[in-house]
Amino acid sequence: MNGLPLISILTFLPLVGAALVFGVDRERRQLARGLTLAANILALALVAALWVNTNPGEGGMQFTERHVWIPSLGIEYHVGLDGLGLVMLMLAALVIPMAVLASEKINDNVPLYCGLFLFLQGGLFGAFTALNFFHWFLFWELSLIPAFFLIKLWGTKALGPAVEAKFAWLGWGAGKAYLVLFIGALLGFAVKVPLWPFHTWLPLTYSEAPTPVSMALTGVMSKLGVYGFVRLLLPIFPEPMHALLTPLLWLAVATIVLSTFAAFAQRDLKRILAYSSINHLGYCLLGVFAAASATGTALDRTAALNGVVLQMFNHGITASLLFCFVAFLEDRSNGARGLEDFGGLRKVAPVFCGLMGIALFSSLGLPGLNGFIGEFLIFKGVFPLVPWAAVLALPGLLVTAIFILTVIQKVWCGPLNEKWARLPDLTYNEGAVVFPATLLMFVLGVWPQFIIAVINPTVAHWVRQLPF
Amino acid sequence: MSFILQNLWLIPVLPLLAAGISALLKRPNRSLAAGLAIGSMGASFLLSCMAFAATHGKHGAASRQAHNFDWFALGDTVVRLGWVLDPLTAAMVVMITFVGSLIFIFSVGYMSHDENFTRFFCFLSLFAAAMLGLIIANNLLLLFMCWELVGLASYLLIGFWFHKPSAAAAAKKAFITTRIGDVFFFLGIVWLYSETGTLLFYDSGRGCLEQDALAKMVAHTTIGGLAASSAIGLLLFCGAIGKSGQLPLHVWLPDAMEGPTPVSALIHAATMVAAGVFLVARVYPLMEMQQAGVSEPIPLTAVTWIGALTAIFGALVAVSQTDIKRILAYSTVSQLGYMMMGLGIGGVAVGMFHLLTHAFFKALLFLGSGSIIHGCHEEQDIRRMGGIQKFMPVTFATYAIGMMALSGVPLVFCGFWSKDEILHSAWHYGPSKIPFFLGLGGAFLTAFYMTRQMCFVFAGKYRGGHDAAHDDHGHSHSHGGAHSHDPHESPAVMTLPLQILAACTVLLTLVSTPLWPWLPEYLLGEAAHVDAAKLFNAGTLTLLVVSGVVVAGGIGLGWWFYGLLPAEKPDEKDPLEQQFPEQFAWSRGKFFVDELYAATFVKWNARLGELCHDLDRCVLDLLVSIVGWTTTGCAHVAKLFDEFVVNKLFDAGCGEVRRGAEAASELQGGQIHQYLRSIGVALILFVFILAVGCNK
Repeated sequence: MNGLPLISILTFLPLVGAALVFGVDRERRQLARGLTLAANILALALVAALWVNTNPGEGGMQFTERHVWIPSLGIEYHVGLDGLGLVMLMLAALVIPMAVLASEKINDNVPLYCGLFLFLQGGLFGAFTALNFFHWFLFWELSLIPAFFLIKLWGTKALGPAVEAKFAWLGWGAGKAYLVLFIGALLGFAVKVPLWPFHTWLPLTYSEAPTPVSMALTGVMSKLGVYGFVRLLLPIFPEPMHALLTPLLWLAVATIVLSTFAAFAQRDLKRILAYSSINHLGYCLLGVFAAASATGTALDRTAALNGVVLQMFNHGITASLLFCFVAFLEDRSNGARGLEDFGGLRKVAPVFCGLMGIALFSSLGLPGLNGFIGEFLIFKGVFPLVPWAAVLALPGLLVTAIFILTVIQKVWCGPLNEKWARLPDLTYNEGAVVFPATLLMFVLGVWPQFIIAVINPTVAHWVRQLPF
Repeated sequence: MSFILQNLWLIPVLPLLAAGISALLKRPNRSLAAGLAIGSMGASFLLSCMAFAATHGKHGAASRQAHNFDWFALGDTVVRLGWVLDPLTAAMVVMITFVGSLIFIFSVGYMSHDENFTRFFCFLSLFAAAMLGLIIANNLLLLFMCWELVGLASYLLIGFWFHKPSAAAAAKKAFITTRIGDVFFFLGIVWLYSETGTLLFYDSGRGCLEQDALAKMVAHTTIGGLAASSAIGLLLFCGAIGKSGQLPLHVWLPDAMEGPTPVSALIHAATMVAAGVFLVARVYPLMEMQQAGVSEPIPLTAVTWIGALTAIFGALVAVSQTDIKRILAYSTVSQLGYMMMGLGIGGVAVGMFHLLTHAFFKALLFLGSGSIIHGCHEEQDIRRMGGIQKFMPVTFATYAIGMMALSGVPLVFCGFWSKDEILHSAWHYGPSKIPFFLGLGGAFLTAFYMTRQMCFVFAGKYRGGHDAAHDDHGHSHSHGGAHSHDPHESPAVMTLPLQILAACTVLLTLVSTPLWPWLPEYLLGEAAHVDAAKLFNAGTLTLLVVSGVVVAGGIGLGWWFYGLLPAEKPDEKDPLEQQFPEQFAWSRGKFFVDELYAATFVKWNARLGELCHDLDRCVLDLLVSIVGWTTTGCAHVAKLFDEFVVNKLFDAGCGEVRRGAEAASELQGGQIHQYLRSIGVALILFVFILAVGCNK
């Protein structure tokens, strides 16, 4: 395996696939979908090969490729993988095919749609493996472009302002990011994650985007921001992070707590999930910021950062699965997705409700499912580092339970709403998307070592590099 | 390492497997699901008996063995889980698997008409697995994980008849109320972890309940002058308050009676609600750490007072309820208060002893009430019962035994001895005698309300049946064509468990008297001896007589109010209400705690939600417009900069990049043109900066 430039192959595979799919005739939808999935599966196989061949004991970069690119500017083509990159690649390789499979009901210009998804995946692969700032930024922008078109062209009509709001934010953040000023980068990532009060684009975008695109947005793209914090800000700017620690922690706590309360006030399933997403990524930020605290031990920082990376992966799987369930529900209800639109669905669709229930409880942080360990590790790490922030973030855990159980109560329980008396249960095709993800949630919940084995050496490596 | 220690994990895993398999079964596989559940519980019971045998006869430190294993790596350390085998574990697993098996068997009869029979047994097995895991856990994190899973199982089973809005609401309320306690519990765990660096209870001297760690925690003073050990103890106790229905988080437990009656018997009487008591017993070495300058351990003082107040509160409410299950539910709240009080003032053996005996007779009472409800065609209101004695003789006889054990009728019922043990230690409690009198008052009320219930249900003549079509209590029932409105005795599959439990209630007495206090001593890992002096010393005897008199008073008064002249019609006014209308209204209204919470916390939560939502809208509007203006402004500046500065430098420098960037910006037409354009310009700027940097 050593001779092959695996990462480059992986990055360009979806881009080549995208080019192929763009060329497919508009009417040949199945061909376009098939080609896309084939490219996705190949990519997944490649990531799996990387996963297997990685040397877990080593925390540094592996599989590096380094070539001169623009010598006059000192720009190199430099890619490589550590635990964080590998976990993020796996996430992108898993979530994008899920989103494509969940797009069965999209019949409008399928080749363009599928091609854009592949394009997006290529951009993500590039961004998660880049070790050169220029290269990384190029791919970050590259992943924004297909996302923009996917939302613009396939989203709800009432969405003009939403997209503009989002891209105004992201573009603004990105524009700043390059000035290589700490504050610019900070703001850029803060918008992307998002950190309160830069979060308002997110519920709007997630709810207006076509649901499979929301899956990709929440599952992988939202991780780009946290990735930026972990990969760039913490290692490069630990001192400024430390200087700004208190306000940053307040913002992270505000993100966690205010977003859960806001979620509780929502009446649209997708908006609820969107706020819940903000909440979950808020825990990631709490962990990253706390790691810049001067008190505490290396072990506390290691625990917090392990929790952050684990939470990134777990949230990616769980949140995209939840959006996927909403997509299936919308397919059945002609787009209805209000909290009050349903009632008693468990009677007619028990399997659907049961599996979605597993995903919801995972999002709630039920032990035994994947969500719990990440949150536990974050709190375990943050508490000794900055006790007050950990304590103030706790209400988030409680209110999350309230709104998630409210969803279950309103949508599934109570007397059956006669309007949906003929609502079909989960189909086999849908099951094919849902079952593997559900299985993964159980595996990670019971046997976290499976993924922590990859993350832990990398995190330990970072913590050794930190100046405090 | 002994065989049973090595394989202790099988005790929870067997029911877990049963749950997993029956989750995949289709609805018609009823007997397979029930068989799997009962079979796995039976097998776990056998293993539990082996565990019991392994701890029996060992004393002191030798009675405890632990087995730990690696779960995942963290930094240079490893997070380890494990299980522990000691008398506490063994007694609990034996009780749970035994009572659980009987309740499972009872459920076969009780749920026989339910269409989701298979799913019911799946959830029951899941519950049993989580509960048994909680007991054997040698790691607070593992205990917490199982703790949350029993909460999930309880949620699923309370809401089992999900088509009833009341059941769905009760399930949610139960989960959320207990989670309030759990959040503090979680904080306690995290804190304990950061103080001691381990969550293993016992780890050959390095565990968090062992001497080194405890000494470290008690020496560390934190906020408010509390030692870390006291603060952590209090936080862990918050979890127990939620789970065990203690004041002020008791509100979910009576509502949980919306679940099928076997669930109430298993989860909300015998096992899960006792998990809080068990938790306090498990971390007792931590709870009893005494910090300098305080006469009593602070956590145990909290445990005592909360327990005593809950004991009297539950009893006061139970006096006036009319739903047969709700009376028992408040009685459970009250008895859990007793257990807490027992732990707080008397130690592990006293509290756990009452937990074990209570599990038997309360399961018996709940199953008995299930049998009555089943026999009376889903009627739960005791005012619509009466005279059931002659229709259901077996149920009556067993229920009477349970009632006497709960009331604490002297000598032959185990409930008397375990409650007496609590009162006995309360009498010797140094700081205050109030808990003793609260406990004694509770004992009086318990005897009173149980007599009231017995009289309503079994005495007089049958008052139901006039409108038996009235069926707002859940699952559809059909008793075949010949529909008799009279109550009927339940089938053998339901009465047999009742008889076994009734027999146990009496037989347990043999090992629990002060004459031969085998069970309490076993729990402490000590050998018991027949010691007549213990029974006949003056203090013990006086107290026996006092509590005997109190119980007799309660039963007598109950009989005088309700037994002498049994109610004739369902809508008659309660005799107690005629005497004390105002106090009765408070009791009937459950002291309006639910209403208070609805008017405060629930409302505030909703308000905060709205507030955050509105805040978001304002922030969005405001910030988006600011950003819109800024971006447009920047774009204009950038444009000027582009035309007058960059172009010239750039043409000379790196034209290729620019052409590429222009091509890219061509791609991005439409509304956001200007934003993307500004990005393009910024890219060029960046390249420019780099170029300048490189050429130096």
